[in-house]
Amino acid sequence: MKPISNKVANMKPSGIRKFFDLASTMKGVISLGVGEPDFDTPWHISDYAINSLYNGKTHYTANRGLLELRKEITKFHKERYNQIYDPETEVLVTVGGSEGIDIAMRTILEPGDEVIVLDPNYVAYAPTIELAGGVMKSITLTEENEFKLLPEDLKAVITDKTKAMIINFPSNPTGGVMTKEDYEKIVPIIKESDIYVVSDEIYAELSFDQEFASLAQFPEIRDQIIVVNGFSKAFAMTGWRLGYILSNKYLSRMMTKVHQYVIMSAPTMAQHAAIEALKNGYDDVVRMRKDYENRRNLLVKRLNRMGLKTNMPHGTFYVFPNITPTGLDSETFCNRLLEEEKVACVPGNAFGDSGEGFIRISYAYSIDHIIEACNRIEHFISNLG
Amino acid sequence: MNQNQILDLLENDARLTSQDLADILNEDVETVKKAVRDLEDDKIICGYHTVINYNKALRDQKVLAYIEVRCTPIRNQGYDKTAFAIAQYPEVDTMYLLSGDCDFLCLVQGKTMFEVARFVSDKIACVENVLSTKTLFVLKEYKTRGIVMDERSINEEDRLVVTP
Repeated sequence: MKPISNKVANMKPSGIRKFFDLASTMKGVISLGVGEPDFDTPWHISDYAINSLYNGKTHYTANRGLLELRKEITKFHKERYNQIYDPETEVLVTVGGSEGIDIAMRTILEPGDEVIVLDPNYVAYAPTIELAGGVMKSITLTEENEFKLLPEDLKAVITDKTKAMIINFPSNPTGGVMTKEDYEKIVPIIKESDIYVVSDEIYAELSFDQEFASLAQFPEIRDQIIVVNGFSKAFAMTGWRLGYILSNKYLSRMMTKVHQYVIMSAPTMAQHAAIEALKNGYDDVVRMRKDYENRRNLLVKRLNRMGLKTNMPHGTFYVFPNITPTGLDSETFCNRLLEEEKVACVPGNAFGDSGEGFIRISYAYSIDHIIEACNRIEHFISNLG
Repeated sequence: MNQNQILDLLENDARLTSQDLADILNEDVETVKKAVRDLEDDKIICGYHTVINYNKALRDQKVLAYIEVRCTPIRNQGYDKTAFAIAQYPEVDTMYLLSGDCDFLCLVQGKTMFEVARFVSDKIACVENVLSTKTLFVLKEYKTRGIVMDERSINEEDRLVVTP
């Protein structure tokens, strides 16, 4: 057998995968490890999609996605975030946000181009950059700065070779967010360096305590921003695999070229579901967000009380407690927690080197589940002491 | 502190402790304890019950029936006097005054169909001012208090244990 692509052969399996394999072999595990909502998709959305099948809506759509859906997307983004895009030419419906990240990278990168990522970050960015021929450059985000991107750190890492940056706020895994004021400080740097920014805003609707802010709200750099968003987190639609990219006309047209050859068009029934979600699903978003917020409050208070220092995150459904006072590294902590108390969390280093010393805890679980998990973690911590 | 927030939380999960409530609402425990006590004293919180799936347990000891009751309202007292005369029976689990064809709707619990039927004919039908009753036996329960009584939702975890 001839050797396959070096890039793929050398790709490391994600640290999450390793942990998944371990956790899924054990009985009686209660998990705080998932990256998706516990809510089922609101029934009116599923029902609408089922009905679209009854009505024979089972064919390809336009490469960019159904125009009706694109119109709903741009309307939603204008009303909710003041992000202005043209449904005809600036929206591309994708198979989840993941495809969006991938085709954005493949569209803008030449071999050797540098791409800045913020460490810790979502596990897919590094491999996606590498597959597209890019070279990853990391900026370390710190707990003291609430895992925000600081202008001096950005300035320091930009070189002539920097082509793009991928950001993700609210952030998986840290729960960190950027406010409008935080962004104002980095906008001039982005403008001056003329880099592209792929802004993964999949958790936008899961913003707490403050308004969601985005680089796409700044007209002076609007054309450099590629917004990736989708339905998975806000509408509890992970399994539908539906996302989209908002960008300027030229980029959108170029990315559509890639998309049309690798995907053709996103699944039609999922697109119909998404139309219903945007038209009539906002009350569901509000209800779920309130639930997440309640769980967050409970979880963060309990973790801090048991001695795991945890920032109150202002977005996503993750908290990222600092476990260094226990004297254990992330993987040992998670392995022992799994073995001794049967609670599954994800070690922070699965999200990059800067995640060492932290663990990611998801609160996409019922309150009862979280309380039981906290009891076990507390028992674990007190036994360490 | 907003009373409604406490009620919302406890209505969905009566097992939350005062500490849990305090954590969720960013309050201190004593404040929450007092607020819950006040709600109980004011009979705003009237009880803490468990939702049981009767499809799976107590099958041979639980018969549920909805009883539609029509009655003549009484001058100056409306429906209330008749309503209390019916509601006092422990067999009556839940009772409403409705708009439409019937006046009261009562959820009645018994051990057997015969027991429920006899309760309706001997007791409810004989209450003063009651004109007629109609008994609707429950054959199967699909949803109670927001909870779908379904195998699919009982084996809830469709999600992978750990995902990015």
